[in-house]
Amino acid sequence: MSIDIILNTALEIRRIVFEHTIKNKGGYLSQACSSADFLAALYAKLLNLGKSTAPEIPSLFSGNPSAKNLHYKRGALYHGEKESEHDRFFISPAHYALVIYAALIAVGRMHKKALDMFNQDGSSVEMIGAEHSPGMEVTNGSLGQTLSMAAGTAFARKKKNETGRVWVFVSDGEFQEGQTWEAFLTMSHYNLNNMAIIADMNGQQCDGTIDSVMKLGDIEAKLKSFGAYTISIDGHNITEICEASKIKPVNGPLVILANTNPWQGMSYLKKRSPRLHYVRFKSNEELNELETAIREELYSS
Amino acid sequence: MKVVVKPYAKAFINFAAHRDDILCVTADLTSSCEVDGFRDLYPNKFISMGMTEQNMMSFCGALALEGFYPFIHTFAVFLYRRPLDQIIASVAFPNRKVRLMGFLPGITTPGGITHQAIEDIAVLRSLPNMTILETGDATEVETVLNIADSIEGPVYVRILRGEVIRLFDTPFEFNKLRLLQKGSDILLLTSGIMTEEALKVTSLLKTKNISICHLHVSTLKPFAQTEFLDYLSSVKKGVITMENHTIVGGLGSIAAEIMAENGINKKLIRLGLKDTFAHGASLKYLMKEYKMDAAALIEAVESLLNIKTFITENDFIDTRDELKQVIDKTEDL
Repeated sequence: MSIDIILNTALEIRRIVFEHTIKNKGGYLSQACSSADFLAALYAKLLNLGKSTAPEIPSLFSGNPSAKNLHYKRGALYHGEKESEHDRFFISPAHYALVIYAALIAVGRMHKKALDMFNQDGSSVEMIGAEHSPGMEVTNGSLGQTLSMAAGTAFARKKKNETGRVWVFVSDGEFQEGQTWEAFLTMSHYNLNNMAIIADMNGQQCDGTIDSVMKLGDIEAKLKSFGAYTISIDGHNITEICEASKIKPVNGPLVILANTNPWQGMSYLKKRSPRLHYVRFKSNEELNELETAIREELYSS
Repeated sequence: MKVVVKPYAKAFINFAAHRDDILCVTADLTSSCEVDGFRDLYPNKFISMGMTEQNMMSFCGALALEGFYPFIHTFAVFLYRRPLDQIIASVAFPNRKVRLMGFLPGITTPGGITHQAIEDIAVLRSLPNMTILETGDATEVETVLNIADSIEGPVYVRILRGEVIRLFDTPFEFNKLRLLQKGSDILLLTSGIMTEEALKVTSLLKTKNISICHLHVSTLKPFAQTEFLDYLSSVKKGVITMENHTIVGGLGSIAAEIMAENGINKKLIRLGLKDTFAHGASLKYLMKEYKMDAAALIEAVESLLNIKTFITENDFIDTRDELKQVIDKTEDL
């Protein structure tokens, strides 16, 4: 598969998220900028997933999981059948849901009309995805839990002699959660080298830049000291992403630190830095200016 | 009555030895939770998680999603306080079959407020999908594992360890009240270790012509509401609950909720920790200090019936046969 196809998928993800944000007059735009390229690479090429077994247009919310609810449909169905050789893909930062939905649409796992259901009452296409939301294997609106859940999955899959990898997409802010480090201890202790973690190192969190809110310091050294195999790459360079994904460590999980730019592909957003977590508009003029500038950049090629 | 030493240790081995889908999980309190023997016999079914309770909860949620049945063993207090968020998102909401085996419930530990799970039932009862069980004797400790295993969702169990009295000769029955004594004046509901405490005086009260209907409760959520209401209609004066827990949100509150919703106009006295933390001391001392013991039950009966029984502590029945053997005690904590 050529790099162009992945780049086109990434562009499509940015366009979908942008169009939705304009229509919705607000949204998680910068998350699409930083993560679109590696998500495109993962979904279009790197992940070994089965065909989606979910409806192209997502089902409505059908009640929460319980002993009595036999109709609960998990978002993991969009990642296909669970087979020994298949990979699993866990999304940890659930507020990237819109970007994930856009990625599922861009690679043909979901119909673009699904976004009409985004954040609508009674829909499963929720704003902060739960595990009934498309693409969501588990529930992690509370950041930092998915890594442990993925580790439990990786442990179970080793026990069952399954060969597929367990991929996890984490955000850099989650390195502030204590549970993240408990999870790394566990991955190292049980040598969960069937795990591959890709971190969106966009340096952003809700209150502003990570450096201003709670510095992470030398994150690569910290991860190494916790027994992870780390590699730091340009998170917008498709070749680097693909090469990094080939690494299969003997010891510990693979951690790909994808250094990203929160306004990649939408340069106008830089003006709003450092408040990029959720883009809101105070006036129509503000919205129009942003729309014109970004539309030009996204559709000029 | 006979005292059984470490009933859980043997029960867990019997239960899990022949099952490859069960995983014994611990958080650095393996021998304190009496599963060190299991660990040594079946190292492949044992997972040491260290002191990573938050991580452990999410990790086990995923093990359950992959078809395993993780039984997590640690002190009750460490199972739900720190990792409550993880219980909610990784276990309770997705209704995963994770079994939380909580040791040293309530004030059965002298470890002070950091070790005493006094509001576990209140907290966990408020979580949708959660089933809550509490053992009150060696027979229930031995037979609760199959019950927990049969539940289609997460289960929290208060387990007794060490020297555990044998009160019952029939196994743990799910969502069923255990009738220990019939009576028509007062309905007495006891759970966990409070049942043994109440038995120190219930037969004495009978000799004083005080008619007590004594029920042992071992399933706290769900609750056998219909059965409870039937028993309620057979007593004239009122209800007393005794729990090794704060009176806010536990057995006493459960009784109060059902009585209020069904318009039962009877007095209710709730014995337990009265909205207070305890502190580090022996069980006997704390039960007396916080008016949770048999003497407190006598007082409650006297208050409900407006009488004096003239029963003193010297009259109390000694429930435990003396242990003949010297046991290898697990460290106190």
